[in-house]
Amino acid sequence: MPLPELKFDRTKCAECQATSCLVKCQYMDFKDKDKAKKEWQKVINSEDSSVLEACTTCYACEEYCPFGNHPFYMIVERQEEKGILPAPRPIVTMWINQCQPVGRFMVGKVEERALSYCFLPHFNTLVKGKLFDGIAWSVIFGQEFFCNAVYLHYAKASVIKDRLPKIVENIKNQGIKELVCLHDECYGTFTSLTSAYGIDTPFKPIHYYEYLYGRLKELKDLIKPLNIKAAYQRNCSARLCPETDHYVDDIFGLLGVERVKREYDRENALCCAEVLRMARGPVLADDVQKRNIDDMVRFGAEYCVFNCPACWDSLAHKVAKQGIKPIHMIDLCKLAIGEEQALRLPELVAEV
Amino acid sequence: MTTTSALYDSLVKIVGKDFVSDQKEERYFYARDGGLMPPHEPDFVVMPKTTEEVQEIVKLANREKVPIVPKGAGLALTGLVIPQLGGIVLDMNRMDRILEVNEKAGYVVVEGGTTHGALKSYLQKHHPNLRHSIPDSPPIATIVANAVIHGQGRLSQQHGFNSDMVSSLEVVLPTGELCRIGSCSVSSYWFSKGPPLPDLSGLFLGWFGTTGIITKLGLKLYPCKKMRDVMLFLTDKAELVPDIMLRLSHTEMVEDVVVSAQPLPLRFRGTFWIMAYITGDSDEELEFKRKMVWDALWEYFESRDVGLLSTSPEMKAPLMSMPSKDLTRFADVSKGGGFQYAGPITPIEKFPAFIRKLEEVATKYNVFYASTARLIDAGHCMMFSFSFSFNRANSDEMARAKKALDECSKFALEEGGVLWKADIYEQRLLMDKMDPNTLVLMKKIKQLLDPNGIMNPGNWEVK
Amino acid sequence: MQKYVSQIHRCFRCGYCKFPTDYSSFNCPSYRRFRFDSYSTGGRLWLIYAWSKGEIEWSEHLAEILYACTTCKNCTEQCPMKFAPDIVDWIVEARNDMVEKGKIPPRVARFFEAVYGYGNPFKQLRSARAAWANGTKRYASGDEYLLYVGCLGSYDENGQKMARSLVDILNASGISFGILGEEEDCCGNEIYMLGEAGLFQNLAEKNSQKFKELGVSKVVTLCPHGYNTMKNNYPASGGNFEVYHYTQILSDLIQKNKIKPSRAKAKVTYQDSCFLGRYNNIYDEPRQILQGIPGIELVEMERNRKDAFCCGGGSGNFVTDLLAGSVDSPARIRAREAYETGADTLAVACPSCLTMLTDAAKAEDLDDKLVVKDISQILKELLSAR
Repeated sequence: MPLPELKFDRTKCAECQATSCLVKCQYMDFKDKDKAKKEWQKVINSEDSSVLEACTTCYACEEYCPFGNHPFYMIVERQEEKGILPAPRPIVTMWINQCQPVGRFMVGKVEERALSYCFLPHFNTLVKGKLFDGIAWSVIFGQEFFCNAVYLHYAKASVIKDRLPKIVENIKNQGIKELVCLHDECYGTFTSLTSAYGIDTPFKPIHYYEYLYGRLKELKDLIKPLNIKAAYQRNCSARLCPETDHYVDDIFGLLGVERVKREYDRENALCCAEVLRMARGPVLADDVQKRNIDDMVRFGAEYCVFNCPACWDSLAHKVAKQGIKPIHMIDLCKLAIGEEQALRLPELVAEV
Repeated sequence: MTTTSALYDSLVKIVGKDFVSDQKEERYFYARDGGLMPPHEPDFVVMPKTTEEVQEIVKLANREKVPIVPKGAGLALTGLVIPQLGGIVLDMNRMDRILEVNEKAGYVVVEGGTTHGALKSYLQKHHPNLRHSIPDSPPIATIVANAVIHGQGRLSQQHGFNSDMVSSLEVVLPTGELCRIGSCSVSSYWFSKGPPLPDLSGLFLGWFGTTGIITKLGLKLYPCKKMRDVMLFLTDKAELVPDIMLRLSHTEMVEDVVVSAQPLPLRFRGTFWIMAYITGDSDEELEFKRKMVWDALWEYFESRDVGLLSTSPEMKAPLMSMPSKDLTRFADVSKGGGFQYAGPITPIEKFPAFIRKLEEVATKYNVFYASTARLIDAGHCMMFSFSFSFNRANSDEMARAKKALDECSKFALEEGGVLWKADIYEQRLLMDKMDPNTLVLMKKIKQLLDPNGIMNPGNWEVK
Repeated sequence: MQKYVSQIHRCFRCGYCKFPTDYSSFNCPSYRRFRFDSYSTGGRLWLIYAWSKGEIEWSEHLAEILYACTTCKNCTEQCPMKFAPDIVDWIVEARNDMVEKGKIPPRVARFFEAVYGYGNPFKQLRSARAAWANGTKRYASGDEYLLYVGCLGSYDENGQKMARSLVDILNASGISFGILGEEEDCCGNEIYMLGEAGLFQNLAEKNSQKFKELGVSKVVTLCPHGYNTMKNNYPASGGNFEVYHYTQILSDLIQKNKIKPSRAKAKVTYQDSCFLGRYNNIYDEPRQILQGIPGIELVEMERNRKDAFCCGGGSGNFVTDLLAGSVDSPARIRAREAYETGADTLAVACPSCLTMLTDAAKAEDLDDKLVVKDISQILKELLSAR
């Protein structure tokens, strides 16, 4: 079977005056719009372009493009065509092997509405308590249901195109009609990636923020406002579904949490930087993390609220060192209804 | 020769009834280890508590010409404590005291059966600024036995074999005399196993208990920094591994370098996982060392041949634990309770050839493999393990695993490696290749120390 | 065929099972006592495997090795392998086989005979089962709890003191409860662990049936052993009731201020019962009770909670006592360890621990320096002092 192809509308780029995809990029220097446009045309035309080397795979241009024309997916396509490796080859190999479907279906008692843990064990810890009453057992997890979006970081659109249709099939075969995605990567895959590649999605993806917001409204009698100031750590895959960002404000509103108006939030969010570390080494990654955390401190955040477990892994202990309490969004909701934070930092005692 | 029951009575007289067994159950268990060597039962298992008791037992054995095999935890897996000719197995586990820590001179004196686990725990509690080189065998492994087989540990990259870290010995000779080796033979300090004296420790280390029984051992301790971290690098090119190891060692900032390879779980397939351990007393120190490590490998990073795998604290925990439970878990990958490895000590340039051989042999004999290589002594050599797991309930698989091991050992020897903790057959391979005059010297030493040939017979048996 | 036969070869004899988490000492009671590898969990598993393959014959020594295991679950806690949760089950299954073949140590056989004939392992008369009770009310329909006292609580001198203390506290707190008195039977936990599956089944069904007939919906046990089996084994035998250990009830009463102990002056250390701790993850409640008493300073022994060192009484050893007779007997080691904390009181929450450690303190000549008391006794004294 031929692999699905990226639907990309060149005319939109031709008509575009802003070239926001490059101009707004936080990791490339394209202040000059004309230069940006020229360079972007090279990308589209499969010519050699500095963009392909310089891209840190932060996903942000997907959000910057006002036409929904998938500039990032285009970059990934071109990187792969030209054999450009955003990350070292063995890392790519490791990722490809690690998530390879092997026919091991890790499922709970799946019902028509199910939770996707994607391939993130954190959710074993996080999914607990009243927020998940009535759904906690309806779970899919592991390679067979892995959304595969991660290969966007590794210039391996071919892996996505190869594996994703089967993944969609696997989910459908579980009889799932509504899939509550606990990770933006999954949600973005089933709302953005599948449509960009013309893959049919025979179930309804629901962002877990929407789910949480609904549950919180049902449980609103239990909510005791937290009255805290929190920095929000917006993750790369949130760029695939910017339409869900308002839920952060909605949920914070219900919980009595102030989303501090810091520099690096919303469209201007900074990557957690572990992908940058893998791709570019420590200098850029350390700089990005420092700027991000300093920004949280400067704006008086008491908590740092995480959406993505991978961001949690890379930043939680670092924000804690600066006196900011790291917490996942699910746990934040739990706090407000009198339950305990489940995902915590392991004791960082060096065992010697 | 005295009858068995008279011997039993004599042993009971020495250590007490509770600590001698001639019963089938103990004889069965002490006849074998976790590896693939054929079992052979002892006549007695004896557990002395004091050096004097050890002397008494040895004198008795020497008088009666009964074989005697000193045993730690029996974890070498190559049958080194299987009593090939029966006799007495001396389980040293009751001699487990930690006698002295000299903080300023940086050593500890332990009894012959003290475990690595107990010492680790003791130092953490009482001397948190000091540590010793913990091997990756389970914590029940004893310090003495590990030194006697020239084990390696978490500080071997910097300080050599764990036996290099011995700083004095007390030994019961095969004829029963008690003998002190190193600085403790002339001083109350246990800081040196030899220098500036003739280094007699070589008469006992590496001899697998064929030349005497170590009842006390001084061990060097090293600074224990407040923080520790591991950096995990991956490459898919075996031929780069030796240079990567050397570059890491060159920084003189890495305490331990371990390279692992295995085909399953899938995330391991096709890449070599290189773990570089660093320590520091402050964030700044750790950060500086991280930078040095990055700098050392930057060229390979830029060429995209080597990558750093970001690791969450949860992922790091098992890599950081000492000893590593993950290594022990390898025994159960095929739900079969067994693994064994051939672990030649070899120049690090051999890494690519050894990996190729490992994959070839695993395919040939249809066995599951893994490998762990540890850098020793700033790159002078490495331990490269050809590890095979097997199901203990599957005799055919056990036979295949044994053949695979034998083939790897022979190969390693041909390639210029030296077999580590060689079993009795591998010892013969080594001795067949050995300089004849070395063999004569070994024979003379054994005859001199153990005229009746009672000590762990079958091992280092020069024809 | 029992499951263990196809699994037991998986033990690598790596020896992690001998240790507590920090490797500071030996935490397997029978290995610590005997020191031959054969008495460690690894040794036991290898010997069972050898026996199942016919490589060694049954012997009384083999049986003693198997029965010297107190099923304290330290090995389960420490074993790094995936099968760790099954280890104790394998040992119990192997004992099932030995029982079926009639090949068990005489002391264990006597234990079974006593329970079979008398409903308790002490060969005490059934009619004397409530001799301790001093008029304690019998359970009647409408009572909130059935207080299940167990064999040690009913017959053992120390256990009886516990039972009386607990009854007094429950009475003082106004909880409605009753006992079964002479009607009570052995809970079967030790019978289960010792491998007499048939007798256990019989006891579990009989007890469950009796509870059902009486309309019991909540059981509170004096003994962690009874708590364990009723919680984990009875449901499969028709048991359908909630079960609590008394420390759960009392810690709740204290937290809710329903009982208010007067001020004490004591330095107390606490012995985790295996059947509360490692088996059922109840570590906090007993401590909460002690910490809820003003004036008590709680100090921990080095090995505590999931690393607690078993008193040596489990799997019927409080009667069969296969680990006795040495300064290295687990209870004596534990008594010394408790004393080393500087505590004047060793608190327990289990009648088996109580009797094992009381005897051990005597044997160690510590009985005038270290009082061994159950938490119920400590609390009771402070209530009556009001």
